[in-house]
Amino acid sequence: MLETSVAGLIHGFGIALMPQNLLWCFIGVLVGNMIGVLPGLGVLSAVSILLPLTFGMDPVPAVLMIAGIFYGAQYGGAICSILLNLPCHPPHAVTCLDGFPLTKQGKGGVALGITIMGALFGAGFGIMQMIVLAPYIARIAYSFGAAEITTLMLFGLLAGSTLAKGSPLKGVAMTILGLLLGLVGQDINSGSGFPRFTFGLLDLDDGIELVALSLGLFGIAEFLRSVNNTPAVNTAYTNIRMRDLRPSKADMKLAAMPILRGTLIGSLCSLVPGTGPTIASFVAYAAEKKVSKTPERFGQGAIEGVAAPEASTHSSVQGDFIPTMSLGIPGDAAMALLLGALIIHGITPGPKLIVEHPDIFWGLIASFWIGNIMLVVLNVPLIGIWVKMLMVPYRFLFPSALFFICIGVFAAKNTLFDVGTTLVFGVVGYVLLLLRFEPAPMLLGFILGPRLEDNFRRALTLAHGDIGTFVERPISAVFLGLCVALLAMQFWVRFKKPRLPAPDGVPSQALE
Amino acid sequence: MKFVQRRDYYAGALMVLTGAGAAVIASRYPLGTLTKMGSGFFPLVLGILLAVVGILIAATAPSGPDGAVTIRTDWRGWGCIIGGVIAFIVLSKYAGLVPATFACVFIAALGDRDNSWKEAALLAAGITIVGTAVFAYGLRVQIPMFGSL
Repeated sequence: MLETSVAGLIHGFGIALMPQNLLWCFIGVLVGNMIGVLPGLGVLSAVSILLPLTFGMDPVPAVLMIAGIFYGAQYGGAICSILLNLPCHPPHAVTCLDGFPLTKQGKGGVALGITIMGALFGAGFGIMQMIVLAPYIARIAYSFGAAEITTLMLFGLLAGSTLAKGSPLKGVAMTILGLLLGLVGQDINSGSGFPRFTFGLLDLDDGIELVALSLGLFGIAEFLRSVNNTPAVNTAYTNIRMRDLRPSKADMKLAAMPILRGTLIGSLCSLVPGTGPTIASFVAYAAEKKVSKTPERFGQGAIEGVAAPEASTHSSVQGDFIPTMSLGIPGDAAMALLLGALIIHGITPGPKLIVEHPDIFWGLIASFWIGNIMLVVLNVPLIGIWVKMLMVPYRFLFPSALFFICIGVFAAKNTLFDVGTTLVFGVVGYVLLLLRFEPAPMLLGFILGPRLEDNFRRALTLAHGDIGTFVERPISAVFLGLCVALLAMQFWVRFKKPRLPAPDGVPSQALE
Repeated sequence: MKFVQRRDYYAGALMVLTGAGAAVIASRYPLGTLTKMGSGFFPLVLGILLAVVGILIAATAPSGPDGAVTIRTDWRGWGCIIGGVIAFIVLSKYAGLVPATFACVFIAALGDRDNSWKEAALLAAGITIVGTAVFAYGLRVQIPMFGSL
């Protein structure tokens, strides 16, 4: 098995090193890093804006570029949270806790240096894990029938909606809403082509445009919330140069074990469908505080409090590609979007992906290595430029982003109808945000909806309408058992103590 | 500013309404049997589930400051963002990419109280130049620079 992996990896490097693919991978990490640094723009908007532009490209460079945006944004987000105390992306919320105190002590550069080291180590480990595990998981998943896939998706959706931030009940509601939105349009699965929830609009026959939904929810809704409501940014500490990044021997010694522990926690979290990097970084921070001999230093600028969550985030981001690619079950909304991109390019994620599209699978893995090294090269000598970008004020950022959203959505299908759809989802998304609904699980449901229905229908047809098939088939029963266990755990946690052991003083934005 | 008590009553009610609405619409579609599911079956189940979850949300609504929400009414900000998108749609259709881009960015920028007319116009001009260069020349988006679609 491992020999095939090595052969595959060599093949992958051949693909990823082709000049055209190398270029797109570079553009991906560059744009990702840039968007990650800019306060107030999320990775979901970045991918959604660029997604329509990949429609005309070959699938391989398109996927390499989109993946590059994801992990590139993780690097950029760390800069923003350490130097400005702004968690631009949820996974970095805990990094602020010790990152910003370090910055105030004049050690912001060191914190960034340690972050880059932790990131490279964590990502490297996550990639290795993917190389070793993905083929095995795919081989097991190969024997799954429609019933198993249905219950596995159910588990993924349930985990995604209850383990994320916010109320679990509301997460479930958002997932169901997403599943319903995914059904809009002609019913192709049943073969009847029956139009559902189209309200007579022909433009909705092909379903709701993925990019319109995601840019409405994560772009326009976010602008409606943040306009005239962003805290003044403190850029007093952003004067960082390359030589400031080098940590001292003592710092390295302090950070080494936390990086290792964080990496392991991140890679474990990534194996559970539905637990993305955000949870991984929280768990890593909490664990580090627990094992520390001097827990009182945390929150005052402990380098361990930066090293562990950052390593954990990066190993989890890479590890999250395992369930996404080999099972077709994304770990969070960002992965769901990547899944959507694969589907748009005519590639069905799942156990057959590795065999049927070795170019994409192994090319992607090889490009992770290349992309992560590019990011280090981009971040270390050019740190001064990234830091300058922190100064772009929100009042210039959001009107510009609004235009990119409009044109991006238009380019997806060359129709202005979708721009209107985006606006509607923006307003709906803002109302949902006000009512404290977290829209991310909606995207998960939207993308999995049609496949869930298709597999559910096929499983029942094969079992001649006997709903007991989901319990009688052993693997399917295990997944259902996991669902029940997950729900039971939620009840237990809810009545025992408050959710997520939020470390004191997390910037309120991060947990909202 | 508007202060709303018992936020989750509204949250739950919204989900109940959406779920029930979806279920009612889906019940008019062919439902089929379990062996041969029709187009309405799955959405009907989902609609009912959503309504049930909505009831649970309302039933477990926290009271007091935990369950309240403050709505910051900002008609200028909201109006300009929504107006910017509408301007983009209308002007792309009837006037072309250049006026659409300028209007979209200009109107949206005016939504921020810290932006002056001049700053908004400068920003809009800058984005129009970059936007048309990238999208019209580079990526050949199907909207003419000037003129109707």
